[in-house]
Amino acid sequence: MSDLLRLATAGSVDDGKSTLVGRLLYDTKSVLADTLDAVHRASADRGLATPDLSLLVDGLRSEREQGITIDVAYRYFATPKRSFVLADTPGHVQYTRNTVTGASTAQLAVLLVDARKGVIEQTRRHAAVLALLGVPRLVLAVNKIDLVDYDEVTFSRIAKEFTAHATALGYTEDAVIEIPVSALAGDNVVEKSANTPWYSGPTLLEHLETVPVEPDPHDAPFRFPVQYVIRPRTAEHLDYRGYAGLVAAGTVKPGDEIVVLPSGRRSTVTKIDTADGELAEAAAGQSVTLLLADDIDISRGDLISVAGNEPKVTDELDATLCWLAEKPLRAGARVLVKHGTRTVQAMVTELRDRFDEQTLSSVDSPASLELNEIGRVALRLAEEVPLDDYSFSRRTGSFLVIDASDGSTLAAGLVGAPLPLLENGVESCTGGSATTPDNHALVSPGP
Amino acid sequence: MTTATLDTLGRLESEAIHIFREVAGEFDRPVILFSGGKDSTLLLHLAIKAFYPAPVPFPLLHVDTGHNFDEVIEFRDRVVAQHGLRLEVAKVQDWIDDGRLQERPDGTRNPLQTVPLLDTITAHKFDAVFGGGRRDEERARAKERIFSLRTAFGQWDPKRQRPELWNLYNGRHRPGEHVRVFPLSNWTELDVWNYIEREGVELPSIYYAHEREVFLRDGMWLAEGPWGTAREGETLVRKTVRYRTVGDGSCTGAVESDAADIHAVIAEVAASRLTERGATRADDRLSEAAMEDRKREGYF
Repeated sequence: MSDLLRLATAGSVDDGKSTLVGRLLYDTKSVLADTLDAVHRASADRGLATPDLSLLVDGLRSEREQGITIDVAYRYFATPKRSFVLADTPGHVQYTRNTVTGASTAQLAVLLVDARKGVIEQTRRHAAVLALLGVPRLVLAVNKIDLVDYDEVTFSRIAKEFTAHATALGYTEDAVIEIPVSALAGDNVVEKSANTPWYSGPTLLEHLETVPVEPDPHDAPFRFPVQYVIRPRTAEHLDYRGYAGLVAAGTVKPGDEIVVLPSGRRSTVTKIDTADGELAEAAAGQSVTLLLADDIDISRGDLISVAGNEPKVTDELDATLCWLAEKPLRAGARVLVKHGTRTVQAMVTELRDRFDEQTLSSVDSPASLELNEIGRVALRLAEEVPLDDYSFSRRTGSFLVIDASDGSTLAAGLVGAPLPLLENGVESCTGGSATTPDNHALVSPGP
Repeated sequence: MTTATLDTLGRLESEAIHIFREVAGEFDRPVILFSGGKDSTLLLHLAIKAFYPAPVPFPLLHVDTGHNFDEVIEFRDRVVAQHGLRLEVAKVQDWIDDGRLQERPDGTRNPLQTVPLLDTITAHKFDAVFGGGRRDEERARAKERIFSLRTAFGQWDPKRQRPELWNLYNGRHRPGEHVRVFPLSNWTELDVWNYIEREGVELPSIYYAHEREVFLRDGMWLAEGPWGTAREGETLVRKTVRYRTVGDGSCTGAVESDAADIHAVIAEVAASRLTERGATRADDRLSEAAMEDRKREGYF
């Protein structure tokens, strides 16, 4: 079992997300005495009778002043069973880009709802974004269960509705769990609550500690974006020429036949080098240096792939974009695309459709994509690039859209249409076979 | 020869090496901030591993407050010589001597590092600056990106941060702007110590228990040095202490400790009820938003 879980939280304003994260940190004794003292002092200064655990995580001055979370915050806690990296993402509609950020590397997401309000539009939208980004597992924390008198019927109704929605998005039932919690009172966060005798499942922490983490799929075809060419030019290593990178998918062994893309030149791996010595094999997630049998021209931006199972090399890119910038996207826009270690010029030739969050269906040929909108587009690239679908690999199927003039990140890009509902509308997915659990099993966890 | 599955430390190491190589591939003039403290020593260790068997393709920069511990400076210079690296030193004293900076009434020089740092970045046209900051250190740092864009004035604007997606880092910047890079973002203090043990990384001796003359001020054990000594009402006493962080001597406190080797330090850190900054850094106690304010001004 993996000893590290990367998770993200998502929820609406006032669902109590910061309080839940504060509670997890507090109850796992990840908060040290001086930090806690500071929270006690700050809570007292604000005239509060009990410490406000959200102050543990709301780090910026304007966040504490407004009592809201603005930016993604990363939290670290550990239990004897696992270490956790938690991306705490804000709930405001206008900050959905932070949910995309947190979800892009998460292996699991905790969604919050207020038990009094149940599944609301934003819950459905967040779940759709998490599914789109290929987060393999979801937890719905039904918070403020104390405010509905720990009512089982209320909880079951919310749980049923959410499971139905998640299933429509392509999740299998065992990838989704609902847990009744009170972040404020601590029910079922770390300790099992006596107030919910009707709930027999795990507490939130128990679930996080034991949930299977999908490993990087070892049987996937090998992919290796070249970051840097290592040439020491020292007396000791006169002819050393190594290609440094992080294995994006699959495994590699000395003797493997490879092909360099986009050039198409072939060679054989002779050695996998690291500062700790040679490796017999390297797998997804490992930073290594590859040495090849032939002296061929390879530089940063090239992709080394297993020969015989290569990505398509193309200058036409069909993709799904999460638009993260204030200025809208229109057809004809000139942008930069950063894919793997290569950045190329690109033009958006067509806006094909836009995901309508109200109806969870798609709208054809929109005039623009606005901030926080998701849609499918066609891009023409200035050079040919090796592309995998996002549903094959989160590492080689993802890209950034960058503003060439000011360098800002405009969009998160996913090769292909990872979420079938964008094509068919969510209704046609319900109960159908348009989505399979394999979509999610194939997706590898973040970096 | 070994294979596949990475544990937590292996994943953190692999991520940090990936970050170093991205910067080497995309920037013209990167520099590593190096003080000889444990986080910057770890940073250098990872940089050496990232480019093995080639030398590290970046110089080092130390913003020197002048309030140093002798053991740390000796260690700094030895490491630089051992690996054949280039070290640039920006001395706060030089900025005070020519009037660009004024000594603070409390004698603390940590906040004075910002101007020499920014001046040196500008003078050398550094476009990427590696720092050892970790997100677990402090609430404002928890919101920091791995690639953090700074304006020509070195400022950090938390509301205008770029979204950081997957492991695709956007390092584009305009002339005069630079990017601060934090390869240790996802490490905790305990990860750092566990990794130091696993890799056998050497640190300055003051991180381990030793005897030292100290006095108590604001609940912290301070040592005497070029920055001053005990005031009236404060008494110098001999204690067995060690340092959890190493910064400006005037505001870095020692902790009472018998942890004389790495195993004892790990046991102590794992059991500690205080954060390393809360225990040992007077500058972070200034206000609820002390770190955020200094970061906005261009501090790390």
